[in-house]
Order: sequence, then structure tokens, then C-alpha cells
Amino acid sequence: MMRTMISLLAVLTLWALPALAQDSGPLRIEITEGVIEPMPYAVPDFVAESGAERDMARNLSRVIAADLSGTGLFREIPQDAHISRITSFQSPVQYADWRAVNAQALITGTVRFDGSDRMVVQFRIHDVFAGQELGDGLQFVGTRDGWRRIAHKVADVVYSRITGEDGYFDSRVVFVAESGPKDDRAKRLAIMDYDGANLRYLTDSSNIVLAPRFSATGDRVLYTSYEMGFPRIYVLDVANVGRRVLPTLDGTMSFAPRFAPDGRTVAYSLSQGGNTDLYRMNIDGGQSTRLTSAPSIETAPSYSPDGRRIVFESDRSGTPQLYIMPAGGGEATRISFGQGRYGTPVWSPRGDLIAFTKQSGGRFHIGVMRTDGSEERLLTASFLDEGPTWAPNGRVIMFTRESRGAQGQSRIYSVDISGRNLKQVETPGGASDPSWGPLQQ
Amino acid sequence: MNYTTKAVILCAGLALAACTSPDRFEGQDTGMSGGADAGMGTGLSGSAQDPQSPAYFQQSIGDRVLFAVDQSTLSREAEATLNEQADWLSSNPDYNATIEGHADEQGTREYNLALGARRANAVQEYLVSRGVASNRLKVVSYGKERPIEICSDESCYQQNRRAVTVLAARAGS
Repeated sequence: MMRTMISLLAVLTLWALPALAQDSGPLRIEITEGVIEPMPYAVPDFVAESGAERDMARNLSRVIAADLSGTGLFREIPQDAHISRITSFQSPVQYADWRAVNAQALITGTVRFDGSDRMVVQFRIHDVFAGQELGDGLQFVGTRDGWRRIAHKVADVVYSRITGEDGYFDSRVVFVAESGPKDDRAKRLAIMDYDGANLRYLTDSSNIVLAPRFSATGDRVLYTSYEMGFPRIYVLDVANVGRRVLPTLDGTMSFAPRFAPDGRTVAYSLSQGGNTDLYRMNIDGGQSTRLTSAPSIETAPSYSPDGRRIVFESDRSGTPQLYIMPAGGGEATRISFGQGRYGTPVWSPRGDLIAFTKQSGGRFHIGVMRTDGSEERLLTASFLDEGPTWAPNGRVIMFTRESRGAQGQSRIYSVDISGRNLKQVETPGGASDPSWGPLQQ
Repeated sequence: MNYTTKAVILCAGLALAACTSPDRFEGQDTGMSGGADAGMGTGLSGSAQDPQSPAYFQQSIGDRVLFAVDQSTLSREAEATLNEQADWLSSNPDYNATIEGHADEQGTREYNLALGARRANAVQEYLVSRGVASNRLKVVSYGKERPIEICSDESCYQQNRRAVTVLAARAGS
């Protein structure tokens, strides 16, 4: 069992100063404005309450720094530039020493092992130039082997207090791990933390698996597998890795499954007689309802966060374009009108934007547009980018980038919705088709 | 009218946006042929000289047909190949076939699955129209998951936009 118990205990009232949450102070990042200059911050190693916690104290601070700096919104002041050391979590912070190295934010913390496998982490966020804490100190308790989750939770709090947005660090990604040559590629389902740590395989590589999708709660995954010789849809329980095939019509191919927000309804594509349309079924009942009925290809559905609408891809106009229809089927409205081909639309968890894959000018792009198709912006360009998935806070997108040629390989990349901070997610080998899960509880 | 011309006209009618920009998403010389390369069904028994052997089906007739970008329309060359495939299947009732539809890598994964299904179905329908019993034919799409050529140029793409007829001996025969 990988389950980690983490509880967010009450605010550390013992030390809580009357620090007001600042809405207009200097320690504030407005993400929507597109940050040019990252905020400098310092995170000294957490204070170890005894020698036993020293490595853990350092590891926690390094993961917190990797999370924050990895957003591109924050810039760490390197530890060797610090002129003051935090040796006691309780002692007053010498703010002048942190102003001198130009750290606007300072994160201090402490870690204590408690019993055989538990640990207690306490931390504070400081507004260095205001000379006071930003909000109250907090405490997390969890298992030691779940230490990275605790670090992510600390970083999520820092991110949230400074940006006013929810964080996304304590989240996981399900994806397809790839190995082998391009004409005989082995694929298996895998899950990892958002930063690539704690990778675990969910299937073996004996059958092609494609395009997994998390449920809204992150406990189950839908995917397409050739286990029966034909593309069929499977649902997998993340905790116990149990899986079952969903009942779809014999003699057909089914693929592109997506959960509705209710966690019970599944929209998917079914190919019969060469024609691909959209259907939906109740994951427990198994009865399918047809949502589209056209001789064209209808695929890649994605529900709006309220579950009332579906955005999907269709080539009914002659080229693949994006359409929105009611979740129960019915008249569809085209929303993509730019030059090129559009595919794999994915509705933002905030409901405001739709991410998509676009082919134009000989290249592939990941882009976003408003739900009425306006304000299209392309965030990336390469030989082959496809399959966007949203961070739980709707501010970052992961996608698949495949390199060109016979040695071409797929990797997962992430990019801000501003188009900044493009970077590869660390995976041990090839990786494709990411689906970003929710913030963990 | 040769196939290239036909493909360009089709493309102009159906996919204006993709055809107006000189990019790699449009077909160049599609070089249609029946294709007689060894395919997924290599290792079938018999001699390519024996017209009743699977090896003859695969190598002499050709087990695959190729398609233009985004298209599932059969070219004349493809129809000629499929006519021979249908004749062979009619005279060799001990074999069934699975038709595998494939796409090149220029497209999203799920769209290409649907496109491969169209191509496999076009072959199935043609073979049935030539007298092969439909219950002897199954279709499966691999989308862009199983390219036979791996370069990222049209020379490879045109070999990957294919439907392959894979023979299987019927149970009990």
C-alpha cells in the first residue's frame, strides 16, 4: 500500500502572531499578468530536532525549492549566499540578514520524527521586507516514506499564499511509459508524482495501452488497451491496480474514454463499420447511449467541469475541428476557426479555457482558447506536440512532445498557460499521454 | 487520371485548410502501389511460387494497400490488389483475415485510430463486394502505433498509411 496519511492539523496558534494576510503588500504574485521577474525567496534547510532528522530536513527544503522554482514564478537565493542560519525554529528571524541577500520571501521549518514511521513538519512563511509572517504557521503530520508529499503540501501553501491561487504540487500524473524502437514500441501504464518522482507501473507492456485519463477524484483511470486484440476501454483502480474491461458492442472498437465529473459516466468513441461516433455509458450499468450520429469522425471528448457540456473533435467540415455539444448529445457548435487542424480538446478545471492540439504550418502546437473559441493562443511549437492535460489549478499544462525521425522518442513536457516556463518532466524513459490528477487530499 | 491527381482534387475539396499551406501535412507524391513488402504476417508457410500458399498472398499478390494523406479512398492500384486478394480468399476458404488499418504519425493519436478504422473498413467493404463472406473478415485499427517505416518523411509516411490483410488459418482446418 502506497497510501500516505497526512493530516493538516490546526494552525500553530501557539506562535501565531497577528500577521494579517496581505492582499496588496509586496509579497504577492499575480499569475494572470504573466510574471517576467520571478520573486526571490530563501528556504534554508529545515531545522532537525535531532541528528536523526538531518537528512530529512535537507530533503524537505530541496523539494520545496524545486517546486517553487520550477514554476518559474519564484527564484531561490542559493543557500551559499545566505548570511544568516536558521538554527532554531522558535527564535525570532533576523529579517535584516534576509533583506541583505534580497530574499523577499523566507520559508522556515522544522521536522521531528515521531514514533517508528511518523514525522511532524512545522513551517512558517515570512514576508522579509515587511518583517513579519505571512499568515499563520502550519503543521503537517505524515509517514516518513510519504515525505515528498509533505514537502509538496508545504510548497502548495507557499504558492497559494503568495499567488492567491490553489497550488498543484501534491498531485500525480498517469501516463504511458514507452520503451523500444519506434516500429516496435512497448507501452505500459504508469503513475508518478507531478515532478516525476515515485514512478510506479500499473500494467505490463504485453499489450499496447493508450491515453489514460484520471477520474476527478484521482482514484480510477480509464484507458484504451489492445489486451483483447482490439482497442477496448478499461477502468483501473489506482490503489489496488485491479482492472476490468467496459462492456461495448462486439465487433466494434472503443477508445478515447473520459470520465464525466460525476465519476460514473464515461464518454468515449466507438468505431463501427469504419465510422467513429461518440457514446456515453454508466460505468456500473454498462448501457451505452449514442451522442453523435454522423458519417464523420467524432472523438476526443472532454466534459466541462459542471458536466453539462462536451467539447470534442470532428472532421465533419472536412478537417478536424473542435465542437461543443450538450452532454446528452444534440446540436454541436463549432468553436475552432483558425488555419489548421485541431484535436484533443481538454476543458480547463476552472472552466474558462479549452486546451487543444493544433497542426499548422508544418508543425504541431499546444494552444488554449476560450470556450467560445475566441482568444486562441499557441503555447508551443515543435515537430510533434499533442495531448494537453491541465494542472489541477488550471495554470499549467502537460503534453507529449515527440522528436523527429527514426530515433524519435516521446517525452512529457509542461508549460504555463502564458507560454512560459517550458520544460521536460523527468521520466526514466520515453513517456506520452499524460493525464494530470487532482490535488491529493 | 492517375492517383496523385485524384488525391489532390479530393484534398482540395475536403481539406482546404490543410492543402493551401505548403507543409508536411499534405501529400507529396503518394506513390500508390499494391506494396509487396514482407509485413506483419511474415513467416507464413508455403512458397511464393505456389498460388495457394499464404506466402503467395503476402508477397506475390501483396497483403497491403496504401492511402493518401487523411484519405480512406481506394486507388485503382489498391483495387487491383484487392481484386486478387478477394480471388485468393474465395479459392482458399480455409483462411480468414484480419484487416489492420494504420496511419502515419502526422495526426493526433485518437484521430489516427479512427482514421485507421476507416481504412480497414474500406478494404473490408471492397473485399465483401468482391464476394468474400463478411464473417471471414475482421477489422482492427492501430492508428499511428505500429509504423512499418520509421523515418519522419513522406517516403516513410506513404508506407505507413496502409491497410494490411493478415491471414489466419480457420480453426479446425
